[in-house]
This record gives sequence, structure tokens and C-alpha cells, in this order.
Amino acid sequence: MKFDARGLIRWETAVTALLVLVFVGGAGVSPDFANGDNLSFALGDLSEIALIALPMTLLVVCGQVDLSVASVLGLCSALTGWLWNAGWAIETIIPLVLVVGVVCGLINGLLVTRLGLPSLAVTIGTMTLYRGLAYVVLGTEAIAQFPQRYTDLATTSVPGTPIPYPIALFALLAIVTAVVLHATGLGRSLFAIGSQEDAAYFAGIRVKRIKLVLFVVSGVVAGFAGIVFTLRYGSARADNGLGLELTVIAAVLLGGIDFDGGKGTLGGVIAAVLLIGLLRNLLMLNDVSTEIQSIVTGLLLIVSVLTPRLIAVVRESRAKGGGARPASPAPAASS
Amino acid sequence: MTVRVRMPRFAAMATVSALALSLAACGGTTKDSASSNGNGTAAGGQASANPNAPIKKGLKIAFLPKQVNNPYETIVDNAGIAAAKEYGGEAKEVGPSDASASSQVSYINTLVQQRHDAILIAANDENAVCGPLKAAMAKNVKIVAYDSDTAKDCRNLFINQASSEEIGRSQVKLLSDQIGGKGEIAILSATANATNQNTWIKFMQDELKKPEYSGMKLVKIAYGDDDDQKSFQQTQGLLQAYPNLKGIISPTTVGIAAAARYIGGSKYKGKVTLTGLGTPNQMRQFVKDGTVKQFALWDPKNLGYLASYAAAALASGQITGAEGEKFKAGKLGERTVGANGEVILGPPTVFDAKNIDQYNF
Repeated sequence: MKFDARGLIRWETAVTALLVLVFVGGAGVSPDFANGDNLSFALGDLSEIALIALPMTLLVVCGQVDLSVASVLGLCSALTGWLWNAGWAIETIIPLVLVVGVVCGLINGLLVTRLGLPSLAVTIGTMTLYRGLAYVVLGTEAIAQFPQRYTDLATTSVPGTPIPYPIALFALLAIVTAVVLHATGLGRSLFAIGSQEDAAYFAGIRVKRIKLVLFVVSGVVAGFAGIVFTLRYGSARADNGLGLELTVIAAVLLGGIDFDGGKGTLGGVIAAVLLIGLLRNLLMLNDVSTEIQSIVTGLLLIVSVLTPRLIAVVRESRAKGGGARPASPAPAASS
Repeated sequence: MTVRVRMPRFAAMATVSALALSLAACGGTTKDSASSNGNGTAAGGQASANPNAPIKKGLKIAFLPKQVNNPYETIVDNAGIAAAKEYGGEAKEVGPSDASASSQVSYINTLVQQRHDAILIAANDENAVCGPLKAAMAKNVKIVAYDSDTAKDCRNLFINQASSEEIGRSQVKLLSDQIGGKGEIAILSATANATNQNTWIKFMQDELKKPEYSGMKLVKIAYGDDDDQKSFQQTQGLLQAYPNLKGIISPTTVGIAAAARYIGGSKYKGKVTLTGLGTPNQMRQFVKDGTVKQFALWDPKNLGYLASYAAAALASGQITGAEGEKFKAGKLGERTVGANGEVILGPPTVFDAKNIDQYNF
């Protein structure tokens, strides 16, 4: 966790500042924004995105990406509905569906590590494959009428707070992930793999095994998110979560994780997830149309990818002009 | 080295915590044991209706279509918004740009936060919107489903464009009037398993059993799969296979347009009668050139108009959504709430050369 002293304008700090600005500004502009009901809803709406963003952060830090997460979510949602319809107990369905998530992640991971294929290509393929399987399981049918005990668990808040249960769980998992990423040898290995895979390998880091495990974790979390999605909406469908992977990746990039790997903090991603959710909620409350909402998110993303690069370029050119200054890891070098 | 030790622990931790979560409650909840759930809040009925209550001024209502920028839904919603102006309310249309199951949910929450008196929704998924709608009703927001229903306990009313029975039976009558009740007829449907089409066809077959249609004989039901090309070819096939065919009913907008294109350009023009369900813009040229005399569809403007007035009547306390209650729907006159909180718009509108230019959709 060594940062350049001049790194005061770290991107994740800027995202956090923007988040505070949106929150405070939102509370000022719209009387309906900062109340428990609305915040609880806005947070709950982020459940699946937030959960999946955790393993996605680890993958991207490692220089990998998993585009199949939303399809795993859809497949697991379809399976949940299908098994439920066939009369299985929800307590049996959940572990079974999680195993399917593990298998999906394992397939991604094996294709990437054993065959040495780029994760972008592999998961574009499995994204289509898993979604196809979801349609095989359920077709265009929608299964509903899940037990209230479980749908309540997915929709209600922890008593006395505006925090829905899935988000409370996310908070716990986020702490675990943050510790793993920023305070353990494993976390350092991830950054090492992301910045120089070969160097990491020769330094004795078991690159392939780490990647494989990360894909499996990504699969199982996406599978779990599929169950959360199903119970939260009370509707199991093959098209559930369509396109969600892009929001997750947008949040990870907006959070300051370098798409080339090796840089970023989980805190930034968490701030970005919250920023996306609250901004969307605020725009909606002010009757801003969906089209403008996508434009705002898109612009924010471009700025977030562009700004750190620009800063790095400026810094580098200064460093060259000013003589021998040890350059902090320059992401611009790779592009 | 440290990595090797920590890896399995990390993986195990993730798996164990996930499993622990799933096994936390080992009560054994299956579909059967939970089948009683889903009837949480009863739709309407708890308050008493006052049919003489005036429509409240300044009602805030919102239309939440399946998808914004869908031409059909825009017509429905704009008519509803115009109706709100008539009774001194404020109305708007908001909604997602994609018609996915869950995308309407955040809009429901937003509309509740904005303190709307009523939300009108054309549901993408009858259950996915249910939880938030029930929460909205608990806050005394009135819910009117239109065009596409939600689960029954998640709304106060459903404005149904037309009853399936009425659509089916009226199509037969429409054709019979044009061919004088005699001759071989065929049906050109969409896909073989389309629920709405098959329901209509069943009512058509039942209607044909009546003595006044004894001269008409249904020789074939063809399926064009709502594909323009295929419907075109199916029409061609029908006319070649049944040289004595007098009429075709195509209860699908794609099918009727394709059939009209084929008939209009063939020797059958003027000899074979075509009718069914279509939109005026699609059928205008075929009505003008005499290929088609009459076809039908519900009027989307009236659908939005009726839904808007129904929402106002609910929010003003004139009705609660119980069967048998009556309310006045502006120029459409008095309407009665039917079974399951359904209000039917009425018989489909019949379009012909005289009235087709009054419609633009």
C-alpha cells in the first residue's frame, strides 16, 4: 500500500468525493431522496451488482475479466425456478444452484488457465453459452410464488436501518475481500500478476491456480446473486440480469481499477457502486429520462478511464523534463 | 509460499460461507408448503366506495409502460395524459428503455417517493413488479394495470382492451357480414402455441357452430409465425389449395398485412375477403385500394383514456376495485368493474374506408 505523495488526486478519492456530493446535493435538491425508504430501495436495487463487483474487482486487478457473470446469474435464476416448480425445497435448491455457479466458474477458469485463452474471449463465449442454457431450462416462462420467508429476506432491511439484507451481506463480504486484497500476501500476488504476469510467475506465485480460484469465486458469487435476484423480484426467468455484467464492469472501472490490471483499491469500487446507484436514483426522482441516464453513466465512465491516464501522461512528461524522478507505476506505458 | 497456504483457505472460506448461508434455515420450504403465500394484501375492498364523490383536483398520476418509445404504448399513454387534463389532474409517462422483467421496479419506487396518487402499469412480468406494487398500495397509492396485467392481488384494477371471447366472436361476425354467411373460410394465425391467438380461435370455432353461420365452413388454420415472409407464403398456399375459399381471418397484425399484400397483388383481389386484427397505418393502403373492406382492433387511445379515468375514480374514492362498482369515464360513458377487478374497454373498433383516416397508429 505504498502511494506516491503527489497522489492526492487519487481517482478513488475523487469518486468518493463525487459520491458525497451526489448524496448531499441530492438531499438538498429532492426532498424524497434522503429518506430511509428511498435509500433502502436504492441500495437494495444494487444488491446483485454490488455482490458481483467484489470478485470482479479481484479478477480485473489480476488483469482478467469475467463477462459471463450476468449469464450465470440468469442460468442460476432459471434453475432456481425450475427446481422450485418441480417441488424441491428451497434449502436444497440453494446449495445445488451454488454448485452450478462453481461449475460455470470452473469452466471459465480452466479454459483461461489450461488452454491459455484470453479471458475476454472465453467469457464472451460462455456468456452466450450460459444464457442459452438458461433458456433451455426455462424458455420464456416465469416462475413465481417463492416462499415469503425467503423473499422477505431478499427485500426487507435490517431492523432499524435502511440497509437491505443482501447489502448487509455485501458489506460483510466486502470487508473480507478488502482484507484479502489489501492486507494479505494473496492480495499482493494479485497486483503482481496484474502488473507483470511473467515476473509474478518467476517470483514463485502460482498464477494459474490463483486465476482459476478467482473464476470459481466469480461463478459462485454470480450464482448466489442469481438466487438473490430471483427472490428479490419473486420471479425466476432466463432473461434475468440481462446486460448486468456491463454495469458491474463499469462500476469496477469507475472505481479506479485499471483495466490492464495491477492498480486500484476496493474502496474505490464500493464508492463507485454506490455512486452509480444513488445517481441513477436521483436522476429518476427528477424525471430524467432513461436515455439521459445512460448518457450520464457513459460519460462518467469515459472520464474515469481517461482522467488517471491523463494525470499519468502529465506526470511522466514532467518527470522527463525534471530529470531523474522515480516514476510511480505508469499505466500509460501499456497503451 | 505464503500464497500456497492461503489459497485453499480463501476458497474454502467462500464456499463454506455460501453454504452456511443457504443452509441457515433448514425448515424445508417447498412449493407446496408455501403455496398459501402471495395473498398478503387484498386488492381494494377495505375502504368503502362513494360513487358520488367528485374527482379530486390536482391528482398526480403516472403511466409506466412496458417500455418507453414503443409507438403503441406512446399512443395509449398520451391519450391517458390528455384525459388527465380533462379532469384537472397532472399525468406523465416514465419508464425503462428495455422491456425486461425487472426494469420497471425502480420506477415504481420512484413514483411512490414522488407521492403519486395512482400508478398505471403495463407489466413486463406479472410477478416481478408485485412486491413494490403491494408496498405502494400499502401507502395508499392506487394501482391500475392496463394492456398487460399484473398478478391480481398487486393492483386495484385491470383495464382489459377487450375480452378474448368478444374478439373471437366478433371476427367471425365481421367476416360473415362481408361474405353473406356462406362459403369456405380459413384462419391465418401467428404461432401454433400463441396463447391469445389460440383463445380467440377457440371462440371463433365455437361461434361458427351457431345456426346463422351454418353456411360457413372452416377448412384450414394456417400459421405464419408472425413472420411477414412466411405469412405471405401461407396465404398463397391457402388460396391455391382451396380454390373455393371465400374468406380469411387473420387475427394478428403481421399476418393480416402480409395476407393483404398477397391478395392485393393477385387475381384473388375482390374475390376473397380478408379481415382480422390490424393497425390502421399498416392497413390504410389496402383499405383504400379495396383489397380489405373491414378489419378490427381495439382503439389504443380509448384504452389510455379509460385507464386514466379509472385511476382518477380510484384515487377520488368513487370506486375501490370491487365487482359491480360503476364510474364515469368521460366521453366513454359509464363503466362497471367486472370480476377480478377487470374493466373491459369494449368491443374492438372496426376500421373501414369511412373512418380509417381518423386514426394514426
